[in-house]
Amino acid sequence: MLGATREAPPARRISHARRIPVALLLPAAIGLLFLLLPLVGLLVRTPWATLPQRLTEPGLLTALRLSVQTATLATLLCLALGVPLAWLLARVPFPGRRLVRALVTVPLVLPPVVGGVALLLVFGRRGLVGSWLDETFGVTLPFTTTAVVLAQAFVAMPFLIIAVEGALRGADTRYEEAAATLGAGRWTTFTHVTLPLVAPGVAAGAVLGWARALGEFGATITFAGNYPGRTQTMPVAVYLALETDLEAAIVLSLILLTVSVVILASLRDRWVSAP
Amino acid sequence: MTTPRPTPATDQPSPLAGPGLLDAHLVVDRGSFRLDLPLTIAPGEVVALLGPNGAGKTTALRALAGLHPLTAGHLTLAGRNLDHPGLGIWIPTERRPIGVVFQDYLLFPHLSALDNVAFGPRRHGLSRQQARHRAAGWLTRMGLTEHARRKPRQLSGGQAQRVALARALAVDPALLLLDEPLAALDARTRLDTRAQLQQHLAAHPGATLLVTHDPLDALVLADRLVIIEHGRVVQEGDAATITAEPRTDYVARLVGLNLYRGHATGHHVRLADGHLLTTSDQHDGEVFVAFAPAAVALHPRQPDGSPRNTWPATITGIQRHGDNLRIQLTGPIEVAADVTPAAAAQLRLAPGQPVWAAVKATETRAYPAGQGR
Repeated sequence: MLGATREAPPARRISHARRIPVALLLPAAIGLLFLLLPLVGLLVRTPWATLPQRLTEPGLLTALRLSVQTATLATLLCLALGVPLAWLLARVPFPGRRLVRALVTVPLVLPPVVGGVALLLVFGRRGLVGSWLDETFGVTLPFTTTAVVLAQAFVAMPFLIIAVEGALRGADTRYEEAAATLGAGRWTTFTHVTLPLVAPGVAAGAVLGWARALGEFGATITFAGNYPGRTQTMPVAVYLALETDLEAAIVLSLILLTVSVVILASLRDRWVSAP
Repeated sequence: MTTPRPTPATDQPSPLAGPGLLDAHLVVDRGSFRLDLPLTIAPGEVVALLGPNGAGKTTALRALAGLHPLTAGHLTLAGRNLDHPGLGIWIPTERRPIGVVFQDYLLFPHLSALDNVAFGPRRHGLSRQQARHRAAGWLTRMGLTEHARRKPRQLSGGQAQRVALARALAVDPALLLLDEPLAALDARTRLDTRAQLQQHLAAHPGATLLVTHDPLDALVLADRLVIIEHGRVVQEGDAATITAEPRTDYVARLVGLNLYRGHATGHHVRLADGHLLTTSDQHDGEVFVAFAPAAVALHPRQPDGSPRNTWPATITGIQRHGDNLRIQLTGPIEVAADVTPAAAAQLRLAPGQPVWAAVKATETRAYPAGQGR
């Protein structure tokens, strides 16, 4: 074993010997600028002087409260339905599992507006489920706060499922076998062993899903419309403010940007880099 | 999952009745591999299942634990039918009276040592407080009282091993299964832990099966050894019998003996390649001949006189073996010989060198190959 005994060259020599090609460095730099410049532009154009006053405007606060509430409810819905679905996909071999896994991720690539139209067709007053809901319970979903939650959950769920399924697949199933040898049934094993083991993955998925729900626009405006206080979430408010009051749109965008950055930072520190 | 029908066997009241606490014939097919292992273990008995990698040791353990179903055969523990494909009986893992110590322990990383041990009792119907009380008692017996609040990653290898043992024993298992319980430990810790493990196994009233590939673990910890190769039992017995009379090359290597098979006529045994060995034991028919490497003497020229077996040989390898050197020799008989470094220096032993090997008939042991396993 000659190679094993020879010492590896120090790392510094590698960086000297290997130059970064300009053909890669230049587009990389342009790409970075392209991603960061709009954010900088937003900060530059922010009306800092009137910001405190703008932040306390009742319309903004209403939209912010509605956004946080609906995004949180949508995340809870995603957790309640998405974690069991992720478990099924990760742990139970059934025919057509690969197809189901592919279908679950469709909302990821589907244009949100199309998602909104699809939701309208199913849950609308004349829709497949909607007409039944209307006749049986007298419940109509479109253009309600519930519709906002459904639209957000529809687009956010794949994020959660992918994160949780990945965590479940990465988790050592032998811990579950160990739990079984100690007398734990499958449900107890899931709640007492599996879930704690994949908790970081569930938390990361929930945060990602929450952020996606908070930013949801296309499906929301299609399925839930734009009623202040009821269905007008932050992104919808931004879009409408653009036509009347540019500064208001900037302030709303700044808030959403801040929330995104905070989430990214918390994800990095707490979960992404954790063992 | 099939719910067991109340069969007569299930209703037998005394767990200690019958031939053994564990009475099993484990047959498991996995592709082209088949495990076919009859196994009985008496209450309080420790049986070591020994074999090379891929022999089916882990498959047997998983079948006993209910982590792998039997293809055929049966598994009865404490008078209860746990797995019987013929009768359609299958008791899932969580309802079997077992405890398992896994090779890398598999302590739940999110629970403290105390809660790891309390996990089993809690699932067996104890209240949280009772389960913790019981767990604390077990940790005290393991000498781990002050480590009860620690998470598994804060424990040393030896401590984690004892927590795993406490966790498995805390449910009072009728059958304790240990999968290479000392393999993950360094040599020094292994020595201490092995001694402690022996005490706890001796105190365990149920049956114990120890799966290992380390003959020392098996010899120190077990009352009886079952050796399997290619899914089948090749030899079974107490340590003394197995170390004295190995019946396969694997077992011979395990216990450090030279082993040959041949046809005996009185004191003479003709080996398969035609070479004749003289033994002090007298037999007729198929026999094994075994002798220790230390019984082989090496000479620069053919020795004469005395009732010795001698043959010319060539050195193929030299290794350290304890305080001695182990010399591998080829020739009419492949043999390992142990010589002192002084003798090796005097003889100027080196690979490729021709020597004469000699074994006294009184140092050999011949025993019939036909009967038994």
